[in-house]
Amino acid sequence: MRSISLEADILIIGGGAAGCYAALCAARRSGARVLLAEKANIERSGCLAAGVNAVNAYIGQGHTPEDYVEYARRDAEGIVREDLLLTMAERLNGVALALEALGLTILKDEQGRYASRGWRNIKINGENIKPLLAAAVRAEPAVKVVNHVNVVSYLADNGRILGAVGFGADEAAQYVLRAPAVICATGGAAGLYRPNSPGFARQAMWYPPFNTGAGYAMGILAGAEMTALEMRFVALRCKDVIAPTGALAQGAGARQINKLGQVYEKRYGLSTSQRVYGTLRENLEGRGPCRLRAENLGPEQIEDLYRAYLNMAPAQTLKWVEESAGAGAALEAEIEAAGPYIVGGHTASGYWVDTQRRTTLRGLFAAGDVAGGCPQKYVSGAMAEAAIAAEAAWDYARANPPPARAAALDAQAQALHDEAEGYLSRADALIDADQIEAAMQKTMDEYAGGLTARYSYNEAQLDKADGRISELTALSARLGAEDMYGLMKIHELRERLVVCRSLIAHLKARRETRWPGFGVHLDYPEKSENWLRHVNSRLEHGQIRIIFRDLAAKEARYEHHH
Amino acid sequence: MSIIIDPSACTGCGLCREVCPGNLLCADENGRAAIRRPADCWNCAACLKACAQTAIALYLPPEIGGNGASLRVSREGDLLHWLFSLPDGRRRVITVDRRNANHY
Ligand SMILES: Cc1cc2nc3c(=O)[nH]c(=O)nc-3n(C[C@H](O)[C@H](O)[C@H](O)COP(=O)(O)OP(=O)(O)OC[C@H]3O[C@@H](n4cnc5c(N)ncnc54)[C@H](O)[C@@H]3O)c2cc1C
Ligand code: SF4
Ligand code: SF4
Repeated sequence: MRSISLEADILIIGGGAAGCYAALCAARRSGARVLLAEKANIERSGCLAAGVNAVNAYIGQGHTPEDYVEYARRDAEGIVREDLLLTMAERLNGVALALEALGLTILKDEQGRYASRGWRNIKINGENIKPLLAAAVRAEPAVKVVNHVNVVSYLADNGRILGAVGFGADEAAQYVLRAPAVICATGGAAGLYRPNSPGFARQAMWYPPFNTGAGYAMGILAGAEMTALEMRFVALRCKDVIAPTGALAQGAGARQINKLGQVYEKRYGLSTSQRVYGTLRENLEGRGPCRLRAENLGPEQIEDLYRAYLNMAPAQTLKWVEESAGAGAALEAEIEAAGPYIVGGHTASGYWVDTQRRTTLRGLFAAGDVAGGCPQKYVSGAMAEAAIAAEAAWDYARANPPPARAAALDAQAQALHDEAEGYLSRADALIDADQIEAAMQKTMDEYAGGLTARYSYNEAQLDKADGRISELTALSARLGAEDMYGLMKIHELRERLVVCRSLIAHLKARRETRWPGFGVHLDYPEKSENWLRHVNSRLEHGQIRIIFRDLAAKEARYEHHH
Repeated sequence: MSIIIDPSACTGCGLCREVCPGNLLCADENGRAAIRRPADCWNCAACLKACAQTAIALYLPPEIGGNGASLRVSREGDLLHWLFSLPDGRRRVITVDRRNANHY
């Protein structure tokens, strides 16, 4: 395997919504040399690969960033960092303008203002949002993009992050990437739990199965403090295809109805978690199947809904066309819960960052779905955070040049190289990564509150899950890979196992049930005021230490105390 | 979910291999595109849009309700022509213009 060394002022890991925008913002700072490492190709990687339906975070006419903070705080039952939400919300509308400048189609009203769907949402054609971002990044001479490089570990010296190591997804090469400031933007984690359709359609999931939680795992292993992993995201989605519901629900005004035709959503409340919970209850109490039904539509409107789905989840339109749905004046989709996913852009899971998006590890910043404390980010919020992180990273890089000696980093890179060669030399191992992945997903499903357990768990089950995840982790160290792609599958599995272990510890630590749609702790099925606090964790000498932190005062700046 | 590649239409240009967010596509012994493991596809359609030969089709496996229909797409400037092929031989085209925002 070849070794390729690259250096820059700022290294960005993951070229999705946050990573691409961080690269653009950093490059505009005069003199900054930016290196962007992406496991696929920034053209169509991550959440935005198929396109998005709308810009879901925006401050509409007559509203303020503070309103957005309040909305997100309520939706998350209080477990948020208001400093993070506010600094994000203040930049949302600027991000929308930037997206329009890149060429994104945004609908305008007669006065030339963005046409909104509700007050937080603007209408776009989001099919090509990723190619537009990617083209802008490629046009920046100060940004070097390395595509198809799967980053697996940070490089650290004396507690300071100074780079990362990756391996080609196909190319037989190790990449040693160094920079005085590093931004992690690898997105969240899917595929920890057994998927809705575990057979041939196992990748029919909402969150991209290729976002495997690398950023969380690298942070956990390097000793970063993480927050709110227990606030899993369970998504209400169109059944089977697991397509988003927003275009039908908010766009076409569809209501959640049960088999009796009753609109049941109001009975349970309208927060994200309550909408999921209501659907679970209706099914358990015999009133399923549940559907989202939009009525009084003409043929042209139905065709427009088909188009909206083609722009983000084409498989859903295929399903409707195949079923000859929409032949009358209504269009409906059966709905089901999907996940859990760990995704800091919808809920609050991820790195514990300060107001400037600095993690607790010196030299490391985080933005987007990998960063915690700040739910309801969506695409525009992930980009807003990226802009904040890019500014802070550039200031840090200028003030803190990398140390001259690099022996420690060389040794770490060598160890990762040797480990990778070890996997590649055991091509005929008895057990493969697929089998361990299935075992992990089954364990999480049954004992850590997955779909078949109706998202419920108790302490005894979590202990069982923890034991099995440890065994599977040990087993995974002896895996073998035939080629670089197989090596990537092993790295992905191993990072998922790391995330599972911390997730289980968080589920155990929060002894209450705060978000019943996202999970029910059967030993503590009620919400309790005592738990209006953050559950954080840090790996210390191989053990996960739980840290409780109070909710910060409104609008205060938050600083880490090292 | 998955895709199927028509080997007679594929020129081996490699564009689909470049864009798949999961690095799922590779070249077979003749240099034509192939999917490593069909069950690993996320159905994002990135490869369909990249292919100028319309050689790639997306379909729903029976596990998620598929009954044999498939979907391809061809590009013409800002227009995306989505072509649905149904198992009974019927076809349907829905065109999306990128310059128009979603109505929903
Ligand atoms: C199906 C779907 C539909 C959505 N629709 C909307 C919508 O309509 N409106 C809206 O506002 N928001 C929407 N969102 C949310 C929005 O897309 C996300 O909030 C946003 O993309 C998060 O940005 P991110 O950069 O954190 O993650 P991503 O955009 O996913 O980027 C993460 C990147 O990191 C890369 N990566 C991962 N691991 C590694 C590694 N080990 N090494 C190198 N690179 C790595 C990935 O390949 C990816 O490119 C949707 C999300 C999904 C999944
Ligand atoms: S549809 Fe998407 S995930 Fe599937 S092979 Fe094509 S590009 Fe890859
Ligand atoms: S993009 Fe189309 S023609 Fe090119 S390699 Fe892929 S399938 Fe073949």
